[in-house]
Amino acid sequence: MTIGLAHYLTVAAVLFTLGIFGIFLNRKNVIIILMSIELMLLAVNINFVAFSVVLHDLVGQVFAMFVLTVAAAEAAIGLAILVVYFRNRGTIRVEDIRMMRG
Amino acid sequence: MILPAIMFYLFSAVAIASGVMVVSARNPVHSVMFLILAFFNAAGLFVLMGAEFLAMILVIVYVGAVAVLFLFVVMMLDIDFAELRTGIVRYLPIGAFVGFVLLAELVLIFGSWAFAPDVARLAAAPVPAGTAAFTNTRALGDLLYTRYIFAFQTAGLVLLVAMIGAIVLTLRHRVGTRRQVIAEQLARVRTETVEVVKVPIGSGAGD
Repeated sequence: MTIGLAHYLTVAAVLFTLGIFGIFLNRKNVIIILMSIELMLLAVNINFVAFSVVLHDLVGQVFAMFVLTVAAAEAAIGLAILVVYFRNRGTIRVEDIRMMRG
Repeated sequence: MILPAIMFYLFSAVAIASGVMVVSARNPVHSVMFLILAFFNAAGLFVLMGAEFLAMILVIVYVGAVAVLFLFVVMMLDIDFAELRTGIVRYLPIGAFVGFVLLAELVLIFGSWAFAPDVARLAAAPVPAGTAAFTNTRALGDLLYTRYIFAFQTAGLVLLVAMIGAIVLTLRHRVGTRRQVIAEQLARVRTETVEVVKVPIGSGAGD
């Protein structure tokens, strides 16, 4: 029983699906939605690294690092916007976030 | 030979279980904790695959920075999370349906995955041979600081913009607070701060 590419891809697929599921399940809570997005990006990273290792090609790992960078930046900006929004409105309910709706 | 398989199943089982807990935990603080656990186990998977550098980066960046950021926000904002959880039962069927369809599609695609016969020839940056002296970190650094230097710099720029943006967004000047203004302190002159009072003898300073 050797662990091959398919095993890692399955784990990543399950994690990605969990991220999507989390967005549907907690669609009122922005914080959990952001966490679900982090989970999905983690699954994408697992895919990148798995293919990189199987194909003996380092570019996948380089790209996974860039995904990590963007994920960190996204979390920082998203949480900053969340803090400012909560300070102004006193709530983070997703349905209430409609100030820019026409 | 059996040990890596056991470790793989352990890491992936814990990662998936904590992923389930992230999306279903009642308390968001617990969600963050399970997110940290999921990242640790993903780092374990990376180590199993031989990507040690990325595993350590994952632990440092996610557990050390991103997860702590989430924890700060969850704990510092006074949010009624119980109220935000209403209606979960209503969204459960559609979420489960979409998740199931997506998972089925992914498994179908990856299950029938096959590499092209000459795929090894197409590698953009093959892992260098003689891996004993050439560790994963060194190989990655060699690549990152030469061929992908511009992408690397751009990533740094993205982080800089994110940092400045987060500071600009959350910085605020309250009106009632007393702040130290160095310029005002340095611009003080004696005539407007010191007053000489002539006090008659025996009457005290008074006012």
